[in-house]
Amino acid sequence: MASVERPTYRLLGQRIPYVEGPLKVTGRAEYTDDLRRPGMLVARLLRSPWPHARLRSIDTTAARALPGVYAVLTGERYPTPFGVLPITHDETAIAVGKARYTGDILAAVAAQDERTAEAALALVRVDVEELPEYSDPRTGIARVAEPIHARGLNGSNVQKEVVQDFGDVDAAFSQAAQTARVRGTFAGVTHAFTEPMATIAESTPDGRLTVWSATQVPHYLHRSLSEVLGIPMHRIRVIKPEVGGAFGGKSDPLPHEIVCAALAIETGRPVKLLFDREDVFYTNHGRHPTQNDVRIAVDADGRILAYDIEALIDGGAWSSFGTVTTYYNGVLSMGPYRVPNFRYHGRRVYTNRPPSGAMRAHGGTNIRYSVEVALDLLAEQLGRDPFDLRAINALPPNSTTVNEFRITSTSFLKCLAAAREKSGWDAKFRRLPYGRGVGLGCGFYISGSNSPIHFTPKMPQSTVHLKVDMDGGIAVHSMQADIGQGSNTLLAAIVAEVLGVDLERVHVQRVDSDVSPIDIGSYSSRVTFMMGNAARSAALDLRGQLIAAAAELLGRPAESIETTHERFQVRGAPEVGVSFAAALEKAMERVGALTATGAYSTTPKGGTFKGARAGTAPAYSFAAYVAQVDVDVETGEYHVEKIWAAFDCGRALNRLAVEGQIEGSIHMGLGQVMGESMNYRGARLFNPSFLEYKIPTADQMPEVEILLVAEDDPEGPFGAKEAGEGPLIATLPAVGNALYDAIGVRFTELPITPDRVLRGIDRRRREGRPWKGA
Amino acid sequence: MSSQELLSFRLNGQPVTTPCEPARILLDLLREDLEETGTKRGCDLGTCGCCTVLLDGRPTLSCLSLARLVEGCEVTTIEGVSPPQGLSPVQAAFVAHGATQCGFCTPGFVLTATALLKENPHPSREEIVRAISGNLCRCTGYTKIIEAIDAAARGGP
Repeated sequence: MASVERPTYRLLGQRIPYVEGPLKVTGRAEYTDDLRRPGMLVARLLRSPWPHARLRSIDTTAARALPGVYAVLTGERYPTPFGVLPITHDETAIAVGKARYTGDILAAVAAQDERTAEAALALVRVDVEELPEYSDPRTGIARVAEPIHARGLNGSNVQKEVVQDFGDVDAAFSQAAQTARVRGTFAGVTHAFTEPMATIAESTPDGRLTVWSATQVPHYLHRSLSEVLGIPMHRIRVIKPEVGGAFGGKSDPLPHEIVCAALAIETGRPVKLLFDREDVFYTNHGRHPTQNDVRIAVDADGRILAYDIEALIDGGAWSSFGTVTTYYNGVLSMGPYRVPNFRYHGRRVYTNRPPSGAMRAHGGTNIRYSVEVALDLLAEQLGRDPFDLRAINALPPNSTTVNEFRITSTSFLKCLAAAREKSGWDAKFRRLPYGRGVGLGCGFYISGSNSPIHFTPKMPQSTVHLKVDMDGGIAVHSMQADIGQGSNTLLAAIVAEVLGVDLERVHVQRVDSDVSPIDIGSYSSRVTFMMGNAARSAALDLRGQLIAAAAELLGRPAESIETTHERFQVRGAPEVGVSFAAALEKAMERVGALTATGAYSTTPKGGTFKGARAGTAPAYSFAAYVAQVDVDVETGEYHVEKIWAAFDCGRALNRLAVEGQIEGSIHMGLGQVMGESMNYRGARLFNPSFLEYKIPTADQMPEVEILLVAEDDPEGPFGAKEAGEGPLIATLPAVGNALYDAIGVRFTELPITPDRVLRGIDRRRREGRPWKGA
Repeated sequence: MSSQELLSFRLNGQPVTTPCEPARILLDLLREDLEETGTKRGCDLGTCGCCTVLLDGRPTLSCLSLARLVEGCEVTTIEGVSPPQGLSPVQAAFVAHGATQCGFCTPGFVLTATALLKENPHPSREEIVRAISGNLCRCTGYTKIIEAIDAAARGGP
């Protein structure tokens, strides 16, 4: 087969073990709770037992008087509102005026030890007036007696409403050969990372504040600390130790981080605040409980004519990333397909539940499930194979969507072909015996966001600094946050690749705002693309300095010099060259230590209508997954036997990490589709522990066959796109559609638990719809 | 405090004698008193396995164990698994196979795997899966952890 020859690289594209792996397997990696400071105090939080209450008074007199207590804080001390999005600052470090969910922080104590802190909390007297509790977003749409926030739309609890209408949806539906409608209901799910949140803060007599925190976005934490505490950013130092998983749950600047810093200022002593697992569940910021209503119209060939979508999103007590969530539930529903007419009405409504926020594949997961189930229905109605229906609707490369997303690379068709072939689809679909089945689900996600959350001042989204000194080691600084996904490893590998040096020369430095240049952190699947481009650019700068020195040593023009392994040599005359060390020595003669910088900025692309920026990305990932399930029709239990995961992340730069991201995403997606659920009675969370909120264990994981078939992306570093979040999305509909193939039941309520499977089978039988002879 | 009595046991091959209140939890003793911070605190409820240590060679949840119960026993934490230089075979396999991501569950998995391979040097895949089903990992989907343990059992990284 004729094809353009792809470049190959020395390191990139290989399986590169994580650079901090040896520290992690020996217990030597330092997480926030592993750090201690001399004279360190312990902080504890008093949380609201009421879902919604007006705070009449909080009396801390007795708590303050307890020996060993250094400070007790309430909300009035630092009332400046904050939040991750500048347009929705509706949080305070500690509740002011009202408690808005069970778990809201009412007071904070710093004491000599844990027992004293707990004893002090028990002495805080809180007098409240209980307010009406709102737990159903449907009742929050209209004006309510006691809006949770004053900023709710027109006296309601609506935090954000999005209405978009492209083309002529009604006309398209009137011309449709077939339509399908899916009304999906999705329980909230949460990140369930293993490391509970932890923060240490220390205020020193030189007027500086240092904060160590388990965060995936050190820069936003830095900004929020400055805003709320009223201290300029240059007097605050944020350090990110190792982070034990995050998945979006450590991406908001969180109230407790600010509280811990405030206590350090109040006491003049170092303070540690460590969450227990209940704290983590109540803090939540997980995937929103959602109801959506998806209608799709197709012509007689199955070509999509229009989408008409509504989404009602339970936001919980705060805005968090919710404005983005509300847009994403609409705009991320279209790709990987061409949709010429599109209408969306989304609302995110405050409730008195723990806040929802950004969780892996944020905004693109629940809507995708309903869309992919609707497409499965349409394929059945048209008598077409689900793969064929997807293929004729694939977005072409280098195209523009109806809402003006710029699509560059897509290998979606290749993903479809690989998943179909490797799964043996044609021999299995509708042909396996009753109780067993295969299903197809597809996915689409942003590879970073074109618009950073803070766009003033205008600055690059990622910056990387390099320094190489006479030791020949290359220090890499960047505020990108490795949270386990392997971004430090990729950063080191890109630098080593460009410079031609061994990986062990490159040392990625811990994130420290005093020395790390701004990168806006690990969210929106942006790191590989943006940090990768910045790192490449910095390394090219450094390489240029070394090549100039090599050229001088060799008496040849710089243009004639090429980089090989630990050596610079004359192109076409490999025997004429100098080692990396010799070139470095020469280069240092003039400047001492060599430094270089690289940055990446996206150019704003997209439309000019309101909300046009939401979902615009420099590239997009695509996925086609087949799941095979085996259902016990007597108990309703089912097992996902295997998933064939064809994923377009452009070029996989670290195959080990890309596989790890896909396997981990499938784990998390399976958790949501098969059983995870934040269970509420009214507004109260009932399962804040791993005993009752169960994530899949090793024996529940299917075999996963990963199919990386993509072409290089034209703008991604070395052709790469994201692989951190997109791989989750297709998991859910692949399982849902496989269950239909197995037992003839459409599931539109997640999670699909065994009792729902049994009820579904019963309903099908009562309706007299036999399936595969059963 | 008057209720403190001395507790003696062996920690990673060395004798330890330390004051210990009757209600002290082993995880707290290890992390807070003895500063062995490789043992991780994930839930305090025995649900995640991050705090796994070996008690006389058997995987044990230190967050559910009273410290006084280890009197006279041998406790192995992640700090006691590797030789002074380098890594144990299980650790080397975890690195080579990318079985760590965030790494917070890793010490518990390494100890569980180490105990498994000592008792059963050639486990089947099913036996590996069963052995680690009490340890939660949210990053890897367990795939690379299972591969790493299997590779260690076969004698290679």
